[in-house]
Amino acid sequence: MKTTQILIAGFGGQGILFAGKFLAYKGLLEDLQVSWLPSYGPEMRGGTANCNVILSDDPVGSPIITDPDVLIVMNLPSLQKYVDSVVPGGQIYVDSTLISEKVARTDVEVYYIPATQMANDAGVPTLANMVMMGHVLKNNPELTFDGTEATVAKLVPPSKAQLVELNMKALQAGRDYQ
Amino acid sequence: MAERVLMKGNEAIAEAAIRAGCRHYFGYPITPQTEIAAYMAKKMPKIGGVFLQAESEIASINMVYGAAAAGMRVMTSSSSPGISLKSEGLSYIAGSDVPAFVVNVQRGGPGLGGIQPSQSDYFQATKGGGHGDYRMIVLAPASVQEMASLTVKGFNLADKYLMTAMILADGTIGQMMEPITFEDVEVESYDKPWALTGTKLRRKHNIVNSLYLKPDELERKNFERYERYRTVEENEVMYEEYMMEDAEVCVVAFGIASRVAKNAVAQARSEGVRVGLIRPITLWPFPSKVLRQAAEKVKSFVCVELNMGQMIEDVRLAIECTRPVSLCNRTGGMIPSPDQVLASIREAQKGGN
Repeated sequence: MKTTQILIAGFGGQGILFAGKFLAYKGLLEDLQVSWLPSYGPEMRGGTANCNVILSDDPVGSPIITDPDVLIVMNLPSLQKYVDSVVPGGQIYVDSTLISEKVARTDVEVYYIPATQMANDAGVPTLANMVMMGHVLKNNPELTFDGTEATVAKLVPPSKAQLVELNMKALQAGRDYQ
Repeated sequence: MAERVLMKGNEAIAEAAIRAGCRHYFGYPITPQTEIAAYMAKKMPKIGGVFLQAESEIASINMVYGAAAAGMRVMTSSSSPGISLKSEGLSYIAGSDVPAFVVNVQRGGPGLGGIQPSQSDYFQATKGGGHGDYRMIVLAPASVQEMASLTVKGFNLADKYLMTAMILADGTIGQMMEPITFEDVEVESYDKPWALTGTKLRRKHNIVNSLYLKPDELERKNFERYERYRTVEENEVMYEEYMMEDAEVCVVAFGIASRVAKNAVAQARSEGVRVGLIRPITLWPFPSKVLRQAAEKVKSFVCVELNMGQMIEDVRLAIECTRPVSLCNRTGGMIPSPDQVLASIREAQKGGN
């Protein structure tokens, strides 16, 4: 019986909700119970966006996350807002291209990934979110990297099939980052 | 087994409505329920249905009234301020005894309020909203799956009892995605000999109207209607019980509040607190009987609501104030944390008699 609560946060437009959808679908395809709850409303138009994803062996209770096991942040305000809410022993993923601040806590695992830079270098500048996801998959035993392509295919409309390949490129770059 | 798909609560309502045979949607956009209209705009033209964005909420509810009078499965959806505007029409629909299906994905009020989740339209949904003696069947989903199943149920009940069935959801359940399947959809169909379908010169005119100028006639209509409501109260109450077997404290919560409460109940149980949850699924008819029975066993009740305390009045009425009932609430778009509910449960366990 395991439940993982994942909070993803950043600016509107960085693909925060899409990244959350990716994790939720990944969980769905691995037969987990999942919930995905977005922030909605004015903050979505260029302000801060966040999304709550819960993956569980059991039916999900409240979809609202107060103490995440995993925090993924893609801007400084999000890191500052949520860093203390992560449970001891939890994980924090930081896009170090956009956030130069270091996490002071010593009771959590912190991964610094220059995701925005890596996405630019890989020729997929809008997919820093998926670079982050690639690294999350690498370090989370709940979700494997297998079946990632099928998950992305679920998220991309058939008319934009070429996006599957680009997303995979970003995900692989994130997975392979040391 | 049917495939599990991820859907937003709002989209689940729209898809379930189409599967329930709804081919007429009239609405006016408002956050946080706009996905329902968007889904309908995309799907209805493809299946020969009608999607119409009306010029206002008032227009859209009267289009619902018209299509319902013609015997169609018809719906509208809105959020709190929009439902206030539709309330006049809801009263006319009730006074005319036609079936309608209405969704309220609640946001914080009063007034324009905010756009974050709320349950502060409980009074409006269960006690009226519009004028006159009438009731609506009020269904309170707590998951995306229930958004779908209660939509189908709502259409069935509306046709069965010739009244409005309302989904009373909130911004969280409307916006969240969960896996759902549509296999449990069971669509019932009812004859509508009263519908305005054209006489073709073969029958007498049907009349759909809510105007009765003779008081004795209007009184009789109201008595008849309340006979029907009594049947609903006897037959259609739905609720969920969770860990109530040996409970000393009974938490009562619906919709998203019940999800938070469930987490708190599970946590309290792990600390040895004997607590359970009763979740009304129908808010009207209210599960008064099961609460009365619970009152014979538990010491006290905790009502968890996203408002200033509305359902708590029905809980107190149901148990005839034989046990203390405390309120654990947030409002304005805020949601209580499981810890806040847990604190209320501990407090309730100490109190009581």
